[in-house]
Amino acid sequence: MTRPPVEQSPAAPSVHPPHLFPAYTSSVRRAPHELLIPLPDALRDLQGPVFGEGRLRPDDNDTTRNGRVNGEPLGERILVRGRVLDSRGRPVRGALIETWQANAAGRYIHQRDQHDAPLDPNFTGTARMLTDEYGEYTLVTIKPGAYPWRNHPNAWRPAHIHFSIFGTNFTQRLVSQMYFPGDPLLAYDPIYQAIPDEKGRQRLVSRFDLDLTQPQWALGYRFDIVLGGDAQTPFEEPDHDH
Amino acid sequence: MTTEHRTPLTAAGSNIPKALFGPSPSQTVGPYFHQGLADHFQGLRSAVGNVAVQPGSSVPGERITLLGRVLDGDGVPVEDALIEVWQADASGRYASDDAAPFHGYSRTHTRTEGNVYTIRTIKPGSAGPGLAPRLNVWLGMRGLLTHLITAVYFSDEDNSADPVLALVPPERRHTLIARREETPDGPVYRFDFRMQGQDETVFFAP
Repeated sequence: MTRPPVEQSPAAPSVHPPHLFPAYTSSVRRAPHELLIPLPDALRDLQGPVFGEGRLRPDDNDTTRNGRVNGEPLGERILVRGRVLDSRGRPVRGALIETWQANAAGRYIHQRDQHDAPLDPNFTGTARMLTDEYGEYTLVTIKPGAYPWRNHPNAWRPAHIHFSIFGTNFTQRLVSQMYFPGDPLLAYDPIYQAIPDEKGRQRLVSRFDLDLTQPQWALGYRFDIVLGGDAQTPFEEPDHDH
Repeated sequence: MTTEHRTPLTAAGSNIPKALFGPSPSQTVGPYFHQGLADHFQGLRSAVGNVAVQPGSSVPGERITLLGRVLDGDGVPVEDALIEVWQADASGRYASDDAAPFHGYSRTHTRTEGNVYTIRTIKPGSAGPGLAPRLNVWLGMRGLLTHLITAVYFSDEDNSADPVLALVPPERRHTLIARREETPDGPVYRFDFRMQGQDETVFFAP
């Protein structure tokens, strides 16, 4: 009764990973088999939800402070600063960004994380912020550790910070991950390697920036994010035919 | 402690220089998104939860509950799915202001008893001539490197003229219609997402 899987990708195949990517084993029973139907304008034209300052609290963008119980979280303090841009390079203002991550030892606070590494009582790894008039955000956090997972023998996720971003349009909604430059685990990670285009992969690697680095306090990383999905300004893909 | 006197960032120094410019690729929400995105998970506060309209609110509209499961290719309930809903209010209007009494956006997940997600909201109105009321849905989970988009319709509405449903092959349209049940706690619409197999949910490509 069931049809065989159809090899397929979302609308922009050279940018986003395909749904079915067997090396990422969780995709095998969860990727849809039927071809996706091109999104009708009735859905495409929806505005994204508008989030105001009222949803944020002081230190929401600073995981070194917002999870403290009795001291500072352990690990390498970092500052991540960047811009959220649309596909024409224009700033996206007032975008809600939410981030979550493992602690310096590679452990999530999540109940289901069974990795045998210490939890940090002063760190939840959760932050949220709105982009400003320049489309900019600043995240203060701790550099996350790599951690093992069960995808394949000796599998380790590269250090990463999850980013959830709401743009101005339903189709700009993006959940992605920020990686760190020079991480040797990137070459072995099926989640990262599932991105078909090398340039696309590179866009998710942050850049160490001495200008952003704060003396005596924190290393600085630059991480810009470009949202697609702007119906009025379709982005030209170099190889859109497969 | 952060920089007080900031100058705007420029393309210089970007991790996406001109030669690399293009959309940032999607990645999976992973199994632990609850830490950052779910409402009050482990006591953590978050931006938005699964109650789109608070009890006692004067926002007009019929109070409904949408609930169901996400089933993988083996029919096993997915325990770590994230579901987001965009919707119009009872008069068919989408909110454009965070301060609006009805915000039109909610978020829920399946890390629950029985892996059942729940959204408490109001039934949307028709957003235009011929448009059947619907919930616009964003679906993410471990195993999905790029999220999925779909729409959920209501079994007690006339969906025959809806232009979105018209794009769906007739034999698959039922996968987008939530089934209404009357319960002592009010109307409940049941809707299971099926990732594969017979009755696989229709998804749309952005």
